Amino acid sequence: MHFALTDDQRAIRDSVQAFLQEAAGLDRLRSTIEADAGWDAELWHNLAVDMGYAGLMVPEAYGGIGGGAVDMALVLEETGARLAMAPFFETAVLGVQTILGAGTEAQKRSLLPGLADGSTKATLALTGPQGRPAPDGVTAWLRAEEGAWRLSGESCFVPFAHVADLLLVAARAPLSAGPRGISLLALPRDATGLRVERQPGLDPTRPLCRLTFDTVAVAPDQILGRAEEAGPVLERILATAAGLLAAEQTGGAAFCLATTVEYAQQRVQFGRKIASFQAVKHELADMMVAVEAARSAALYAAAAIDTDTDLLEACSAAKSWCSDAYRHCAGETIQLHGGIGFTWEHHAHLYFKRAWSSSAWLGDPAHHRERVARLMGLDDIP
Amino acid sequence: MDDTPELERFRAEAAIWLESQLAGPFRDIRGLNNHVDLIERRRDWEQCLGAAGWSCVGWPAAYGGRDASIAQQVVFAEEYARARAPARIGHIGVELAGPTLLAFGTPAQKKRFLPDIAAGRAIWCQGYSEPNAGSDLANVRTKARRDGERYIIDGQKIWTSMGQIADWCFVLCRTEPGSVGNKGLSFLLVNMHQPGVTVRPIRQMTGESEFSEVFFDGALAEVRDLVGAEGDGWRVAMGLLGFERGVSTLAQQMQFRNELDALIELAKENGKAADPLIRQRLAQAQIGLRIMRFNALRLLANAESGQLSPEGYTYKLYWSTWHRNLGELVMDVAGPAAEIGETAERFPPLTTMFLMSRADTIYAGTNQIQRNIIAERALGLPREARGP
Ligand SMILES: Cc1cc2nc3c(=O)[nH]c(=O)nc-3n(C[C@H](O)[C@H](O)[C@H](O)COP(=O)(O)OP(=O)(O)OC[C@H]3O[C@@H](n4cnc5c(N)ncnc54)[C@H](O)[C@@H]3O)c2cc1C
Repeated sequence: MHFALTDDQRAIRDSVQAFLQEAAGLDRLRSTIEADAGWDAELWHNLAVDMGYAGLMVPEAYGGIGGGAVDMALVLEETGARLAMAPFFETAVLGVQTILGAGTEAQKRSLLPGLADGSTKATLALTGPQGRPAPDGVTAWLRAEEGAWRLSGESCFVPFAHVADLLLVAARAPLSAGPRGISLLALPRDATGLRVERQPGLDPTRPLCRLTFDTVAVAPDQILGRAEEAGPVLERILATAAGLLAAEQTGGAAFCLATTVEYAQQRVQFGRKIASFQAVKHELADMMVAVEAARSAALYAAAAIDTDTDLLEACSAAKSWCSDAYRHCAGETIQLHGGIGFTWEHHAHLYFKRAWSSSAWLGDPAHHRERVARLMGLDDIP
Repeated sequence: MDDTPELERFRAEAAIWLESQLAGPFRDIRGLNNHVDLIERRRDWEQCLGAAGWSCVGWPAAYGGRDASIAQQVVFAEEYARARAPARIGHIGVELAGPTLLAFGTPAQKKRFLPDIAAGRAIWCQGYSEPNAGSDLANVRTKARRDGERYIIDGQKIWTSMGQIADWCFVLCRTEPGSVGNKGLSFLLVNMHQPGVTVRPIRQMTGESEFSEVFFDGALAEVRDLVGAEGDGWRVAMGLLGFERGVSTLAQQMQFRNELDALIELAKENGKAADPLIRQRLAQAQIGLRIMRFNALRLLANAESGQLSPEGYTYKLYWSTWHRNLGELVMDVAGPAAEIGETAERFPPLTTMFLMSRADTIYAGTNQIQRNIIAERALGLPREARGP
């Protein structure tokens, strides 16, 4: 595991950074939020189609760039910093990892090229209305009725499902529990009996949807891999996704720090810049410690994904640390801006809401710490 | 990290040597992690390391090192901790005085001092802090007055770790009478074995004495033992603080790893591992330590490629806080058992670690000073106002 970035990696980071600085400013984000579409189609097109980064982790054999998780982490740090309002993480990470992890060779061949070239937007539906982490939280049902598969129930908190072309859905067999009986399905958004409804969400930059399944007919080739046996691969897919979400969170936290430093250097009270007050300096210093550690944690997770060593622990470590760090930094961003930080007009609340929504998504910090506790052997007999 | 075959050989060589010594002639000091017990044996150990070329692996071979790459230094540090080799009583010479001389010393000074450090023959201490110069180090008052080919030193240092056993001390002192702040300071190497030097151990809250007061009363130093130019001591002193982080932090992390492993074992034995809140905190400690390692690897990777490394500024505050939290977790996991010692000064190792961890946020720049440094140097915020 080497921690110096390669020239290629630096080029990736710089290209995304330069592009998003131009194309994804806060004003544009605001107008995207206020428009009804719930996403920035042009931004998606640039990022996914023109730059090809939706296919960054898709192997070349399936039409992608064949890059690794470290490359992806660098891109996600930038999309996270800008709250890029497009189903990028959903497609390039959740979609790609789910199909790569669970699909048969034929399914990879038929599905991945569309994701890689940006023509297919994907997302992953996991949990029921209580939002418990998968696999326990999976509540949609898949059962065989007279030799045909039928999907019923619902899936909630599904990001960007309203614009996704391909819905990947986790479902479980009747009476199954935990990781047993889990299937992963790949359904078109217009499948008969499938309804997508936008839910009013706290975080306006990552719109959430509810999916209801009214005995949707599922063809055998719409089941990724083998029916009812996807539990173990799902664990790994979700760990990978959590580890990469940590990179996105790092980018958000770093943006909060940078903009707060900038503000503190401008705002004058008591005849001094507020940046000269030690209480303010020390808070900013603590934010920097949290951000740099978050960056280490996210890179560590990405490297662990690429080398397949300590993957589960590294990803859980990163997701819990980076969630906490982002929440802290976004909260202090409001605090250090004072009244203006509490307004609808200011960007602080957008980052704050993203921090909390991404913290709860794909397992909250306590959930991931509990996984680390198990992995570090706390339940082994002494 | 995957070792290359060459690195693997290096690792095996180090591990085999350490095991042969620590299961053999140095059995009695294996695992000692204070700097006070069995001092004569500890000196023997320093010399044994030196004789085998394991004392300062990163130094040039000409001065007793091995020209080891950073990766090799990391590997040796890891094996050293894995073998539960005793804490180095020579650490101030090896990690601070030596690197300072390598960076700022003349060829003659390097020849005069480095081989003795590498051979474990000379124990060093750091004479920075004074009663009125702690965080505000530039306020040192200890004076050195030039008299022909010598300096005559008067003043007092305090909190001098290893002062009671050191052979040499690097002293930050004022050579320009009437100067204030960081101007007019010099960096002098002073022999501790002379009539003008008096050392008085100070008992710390652990009950032990690892640091001392050091009084200079007409003590002598040779002019050739001035590092950097006269009046240029601040630059040298600050350069040295940069060496307090880097490879040695990876060795320290292995020590932390051993402590956390011991704590995990204890939690499993006494049932605390089933307490959901304790589980969360143990996991947080584990996560924090993993991240510390990757912070350090980023730091070293960037240092190797000559890049500026922002995380370097955050390193000390991060580890000191992590370790202090670990100390508190020790007490919560161990419960009342942590409170019973052999004597009023001898407690279970984890209890001692808890007490010692309160120093981590004070020495080498307090947590508050670290925050000032991060804010001012890394984030570019305004500097603290000075009093009149
Ligand atoms: C175990 C141990 C070993 C040591 N070994 C050595 C050694 O070998 N050689 C050596 O030279 N020194 C050594 N020291 C001394 C150490 O470097 C000093 O204790 C440290 O720099 C703090 O100085 P001080 O004790 O005078 O505290 P002070 O500087 O008086 O600090 C008191 C409190 O005020 C805070 N404070 C001070 N200035 C500021 C500021 N500008 N902003 C905000 N808060 C501030 C501090 O953070 C602290 O909380 C050692 C200390 C310990 C505990």
